[in-house]
Amino acid sequence: MEKREHLDLYFQMVTIRRLEERAAELYQEGKIGGFLHLYIGQEAVSTGVISARQPEDRIITAYRDHGVAINCGIPARVVMAELMGKATGCSKGKGGSMHMADVTKNYFGGHAIVGSHLPLASGLALGDLYQHNPRVTVCMFGDGATNIGFFHEAVNLSKVWNLPILWLCENNQYGMGTAVERASAVPEIPQKAEGYGIPNSRVDGMNIMEVREAALEIIKKIREGGGPYFLEAVTYRYRGHSMGDPERYRKPEEIHHWQENDPIGIYRRYLVDRQLASEEELNQKDIDAQTEIDEAVQFAESSPEPAPESLYQDVFVEP
Amino acid sequence: MARITMREAISQALWEEMERDPKVFIQGEEVGVWGGSYAVTRGFYDHFGGERVRDTPISESAIIGSAIGAALTGLRPVAELMTINFAFVAMDHIVNQAAKLHYMFGGQMVLPIVIRAVSGGGRQLAATHSQTPDVIFAHFPGLKVVAPGTPYDAKGLLKSAIRSDDPVLYIEHATLYQMRGEVPDGEYLEPLGKSKIQRPGKDVTIVTYSKGLDLSMKAATELAKDGIEAEIVDLRSLQPLDMEPVYESFKKTNRAVIVEEGWRTFGIGAEISARIYEEAFDYIDAPIVRIGQKQVPLPYNRNLEQMALPQVEDVIKGVKEIV
Ligand SMILES: Cc1ncc(C[n+]2csc(CCOP(=O)(O)OP(=O)(O)O)c2C)c(N)n1
Ligand SMILES: [Mg+2]
Repeated sequence: MEKREHLDLYFQMVTIRRLEERAAELYQEGKIGGFLHLYIGQEAVSTGVISARQPEDRIITAYRDHGVAINCGIPARVVMAELMGKATGCSKGKGGSMHMADVTKNYFGGHAIVGSHLPLASGLALGDLYQHNPRVTVCMFGDGATNIGFFHEAVNLSKVWNLPILWLCENNQYGMGTAVERASAVPEIPQKAEGYGIPNSRVDGMNIMEVREAALEIIKKIREGGGPYFLEAVTYRYRGHSMGDPERYRKPEEIHHWQENDPIGIYRRYLVDRQLASEEELNQKDIDAQTEIDEAVQFAESSPEPAPESLYQDVFVEP
Repeated sequence: MARITMREAISQALWEEMERDPKVFIQGEEVGVWGGSYAVTRGFYDHFGGERVRDTPISESAIIGSAIGAALTGLRPVAELMTINFAFVAMDHIVNQAAKLHYMFGGQMVLPIVIRAVSGGGRQLAATHSQTPDVIFAHFPGLKVVAPGTPYDAKGLLKSAIRSDDPVLYIEHATLYQMRGEVPDGEYLEPLGKSKIQRPGKDVTIVTYSKGLDLSMKAATELAKDGIEAEIVDLRSLQPLDMEPVYESFKKTNRAVIVEEGWRTFGIGAEISARIYEEAFDYIDAPIVRIGQKQVPLPYNRNLEQMALPQVEDVIKGVKEIV
């Protein structure tokens, strides 16, 4: 990997972090409404895996989707505008935090019904298989989503039809306040893929290079016709499930423990230790990311509200 | 009498019924350790324990399906759907099982289950998380559908629902949890399937329920300033539907406005007005007005969302059109 690419990935991770820290403040100020699920702590997962896709490969995820949006190339200002419900947002202010998408970037969105997007992912992959497109679909979802029927139907189907799909489970240890072992019959989530005869593995989701390398290899195999693959990324969310989570289910020490393995810190050390980037260069990226977010907020705040008539637009394609 | 919130009223009903009957238990997502995502079951887990306040995986079909099974063994489960939008995940169990088993097996199977679900828009949760699809469930014979609009009714109706031998969908409105109202100190029950006059009046009949009651009460206060006295009939239960108080009121006022938060198309207003046309045609002095949600999925943007939802002003305007 070239230095330029490393610096870009680092920049993406910091941009996501700054964007979400700012989003949390804007939420408190009442400028963002609804549900806001922060990705802070998990940035290495989407940044790593999406860096390993080709632009024509398809991405779909759940509602914890701001990071994925940035990684797919939606400008921070457009993400911020959507968070504030502005007409300039990627979903024209109609989707909000949980529903970011840009189909021109093959990003098919954040989806708010747990597990409901997994069958859609099977369909994206089916579309490409059917049309002989050498594309791969990457479907991201949480540990909690592996307990709903949608998961089992979609994963089973992917094997039966040998669909070109990477099932990427982001195991952040909890589904809302429920720890994995309190909700899943098998605490080892890849066992579920094993049950459907799907090759699988686990990766350290706090380490972007590990995620990326695993994803590169897996996506290549899938593209060559290898069929579905299941990857578990072990990670952690530092913030509550969404804003206003009482967090009665975990201790601060646990959070601190995981914070010692901050994915941005890990990547920084990796780059500096291998002399792939200097502290100064990385500091400059930090500043650039901050500037990017400041501008994004300015853009979003000065953007227009959706026009009243847009309420009735896009209900159907045809009138 | 104490003035408590809707949240407290619902919580008290659950607590009292669990204290009264060990066969009553709760299951659902985040009902235990978390204390309920709307804090209705806060403190229950510590008091009743994990056997009776059961945190489930994210598995709506299994939450409802297993509650039905447990009910068939004589238990009285209260199954919670974090929001009514997730009822669509469990639709088979609600519609094909809960609503059918008693009838289809000739009355042998009895399933005293309560499904609690949070409905309603207005919180910027966007299209999939903001629906008020209450009426859909009232379409299916065999399922009782209850949706209170005051703390008093919330408590009395939930206690009756838990004691009922029929499956009951009990719908709570997400924006009413903080609403305060008078609730008696001692035990009381409110009957299922009975409408109630929440405000007497003589000039127009407003038929509504749940969040619509809140809108209508506020509208009625404004209308009174202009000398218009609205009588408000709160359905409280969509199935069984008690129309007698509606007819009685209508025969007096000869005018009706029907207010619901859900989509107007094929909505409660359509049903109620059709019944008025059928049963009280000779008393109609003006077209019946229906107020409901615009026919769009709810958008995230606050202004657009509020445009789509029925407002107090819409009710006032609707009344003034016919009075
Ligand atoms: C069908 C359905 N049930 C419940 C919910 C409420 N809910 C939203 S997120 C969530 C937890 C999901 O956990 P997980 O899949 O681990 O993802 P994470 O939030 O940890 O990223 C729940 C229960 C929902 N959105 N959809
Ligand atoms: Mg999780």
